[in-house]
Amino acid sequence: MEEEWDEGGPEVVKRFMYVNRKAPYGTVYALEMLEKVLIAAAFEQDVHVVFMDDGVYQLKKEQETKAINMKNFSPTFRALEGYDVEKLYVEKESLEARGLTVDDLVVPVEVLSSEELKGLMDKQEVILTA
Amino acid sequence: MAYEVNGESIEHDEEGYLSDINQWTPELAGLLAKDEGIEMTDEHWEVINFLREYYEEYQIAPAIRVLVKALKKKFGPEKGSNKYLYELFPYGPAKQACKVGGLPKPTGCI
Repeated sequence: MEEEWDEGGPEVVKRFMYVNRKAPYGTVYALEMLEKVLIAAAFEQDVHVVFMDDGVYQLKKEQETKAINMKNFSPTFRALEGYDVEKLYVEKESLEARGLTVDDLVVPVEVLSSEELKGLMDKQEVILTA
Repeated sequence: MAYEVNGESIEHDEEGYLSDINQWTPELAGLLAKDEGIEMTDEHWEVINFLREYYEEYQIAPAIRVLVKALKKKFGPEKGSNKYLYELFPYGPAKQACKVGGLPKPTGCI
């Protein structure tokens, strides 16, 4: 986009939730989802980003992608703060099932149980899953 | 499509953004700026270098709102403003500065 919003900000702000369920590489879903998040952020929407199932691997530190000839886009998650996207959630069960803790992740997140996540989903106006 | 610099051919897309950002050189930046009708000054370089550092760290080109905020943090309010950026890059700072800096078009740049 070209310009900042005028004083009032965007006219309509919706609660958007982006649910990442797939591993970062192998398909283009994870990268495309991140682009969608950045676009929603550019429009100053109320963005929530969830990582569950293999989607938690997207946030894993120390990704080495040279051998598969893909760009490591995990550093971009660290840019989200600058886009005012700070509502990042990881499903507790998914994280534990993969032997990971928040210390293994590239950004600070809020860890929610499956049940808590369900409650948060109920409050959204738009939910996109990939 | 390609730019020619010192007999070297550097591929770009239909909008003029480099196909491979690693092929960028300051010399090419001068050529790209000229195409855009921009006379490069220290202030232009400051923004270009900042953008390249941002890309290096985050692997994306920032949206204009994010760029303004980050510039303000680093260089103060005078340089961290839309007005300042538009004076340097009149046809859209994000688009023009990214192009001259050899970066992809910013995500969320519609």
